[in-house]
Amino acid sequence: MTSDKWARLVPESEIMHGEKMVLQMGPQHPATHGVLRVELVTDGEMIVSATLHIGYLHRCFEKVCENMQWPQIVPYTDRLDYLASMNNNLGFVLGVEKLFGIEVSERVRIIRILVAELNRIASHLVAIGTYGLDIGAWTPFLLLFQAREHILDLFDELCGGRLLYNYIWIGGLSHDYPDGWLEKCREFIPYFKPKIPELNGLLSYNKIFVERLGGVAMMPADLCIKYGVTGPNLRGAGIKWDLRRNDPYGGYDDYEFDIPIGRGEIGTLGDCFDRYIVRVYEMEQSIRIVEQALDKLERTPRDDVQAAIPKTFAKVPAGELYFRTESPKGELGFYIVSDGKSKPQRIKCRAPSFCTLSALPQVAPGLLIADMVALIGSIDIVLGEVDR
Amino acid sequence: MNIEEIYRLLKERLPYAEFELTDIKPIPILSISGNFLLPVAEYLRDNVDFAFDSLMCLSGLQLGEELAAVYHLYSNKHNHKVTMRVKAGTEDKSIPSLAAVWLAAEWHEREAFDMFGIRFDGHPDLRRILCPDDWEGHPLRKDYKPPLFWHEIPVTVDVSN
Repeated sequence: MTSDKWARLVPESEIMHGEKMVLQMGPQHPATHGVLRVELVTDGEMIVSATLHIGYLHRCFEKVCENMQWPQIVPYTDRLDYLASMNNNLGFVLGVEKLFGIEVSERVRIIRILVAELNRIASHLVAIGTYGLDIGAWTPFLLLFQAREHILDLFDELCGGRLLYNYIWIGGLSHDYPDGWLEKCREFIPYFKPKIPELNGLLSYNKIFVERLGGVAMMPADLCIKYGVTGPNLRGAGIKWDLRRNDPYGGYDDYEFDIPIGRGEIGTLGDCFDRYIVRVYEMEQSIRIVEQALDKLERTPRDDVQAAIPKTFAKVPAGELYFRTESPKGELGFYIVSDGKSKPQRIKCRAPSFCTLSALPQVAPGLLIADMVALIGSIDIVLGEVDR
Repeated sequence: MNIEEIYRLLKERLPYAEFELTDIKPIPILSISGNFLLPVAEYLRDNVDFAFDSLMCLSGLQLGEELAAVYHLYSNKHNHKVTMRVKAGTEDKSIPSLAAVWLAAEWHEREAFDMFGIRFDGHPDLRRILCPDDWEGHPLRKDYKPPLFWHEIPVTVDVSN
């Protein structure tokens, strides 16, 4: 269950057990990707136990939702996983639409998938770029942020926001795309495709990077399922599991794409490298979906993207449901309870990063302190959705 | 299996357990008595016909004056889902902990304890998770009033209006 790289090098009988020391990693630590505090008990350089302290970024998302009218909640979902706001919007909006029985037009569905996949690429670019930074590679970060900038410019033109979009609304979208925007999206594809081989040459198979990642901090599939670890982290453990395929939503079953999984290329299955490389391959698949969505959009005549937005939310159907979507971090679920009023009775956000983090105290013991940095980077957490 | 089939089969297999199908739109849910939660949960996880190996979500919920916990289960093997709802005891606000059944429940239960004050009996480490350790009250209860000050820091945002 734990990475026994250390134990493999030195037999247990020869390890010198010294005085235990408590080391506070974070909350202000660049490698924790936000305000996460990890209380490490160390024996020399080895981690004996890790206790996680979260909540530094708690913004009462769920309480605020109960005091907001239904459409007013969408901007708040932006701020959950602020690197993939479109995917958060999509998850919440699809859940509410299913609960209220709202049907949107085919064109709206295609645009939603297009922006969600572009945002997935942007999110993975940050994940990979900052991961390289954690391990000590500075150049790939700049390369990837350049590409991300391209996507943010596209979103900027689409809805005026670069990070928080409030674009996908209950029953439609906030704006239709401007003239010429689709062509700009098209231009992005040939620009982005060569970036992935470039990244693989620069970072993925770099000797230092591979040495730091291969065989470190394994998260086996059974542990992932027990703790509710989903998304690229579960796929890195070799499980072909993607909600876009296994529990399709929003029209994803009309698209062709593969689900990349970890194969234990460098070290053991489910190590840091597998979790990393799955994200790289996922970007290739997302760009395929973007291509298909653009093809579909060009064939679909323009219609009013706000046609299905309800005129009023004063009276809505009562009921409750749990709706989950595949966000870049994993399974993003919304448990939505409506009692028929203009404000929800209860919203619970099941954040993928929250569940992923909960498995960390199981994985950390036995790692070196430096490998802890590699582990936290590889699971790609955003504290905005952990703390909500 | 859909929810009705799951309910019928479970009723047949575990006749002693107290649970019923509650009609909620769009998908009905199982309402289980807290006393039978642990055996039912373990049966749902371990039996090959159900094989609910993953807990997708665990939420606290306030229904009028009563507190409840809602469990969303999923089976990777059979690709079916079930929702269970358990009401907390009126006096001690307690529900048996399922942290030993699904490890994912550990943090979710801490969150429900933090936000609603539901006590999960048998939880290995029931502490607050999102609020500070010395926070008073449980913010997601409907009658919650935020304090004016916390360690002399003004809590200025009044979410009640």
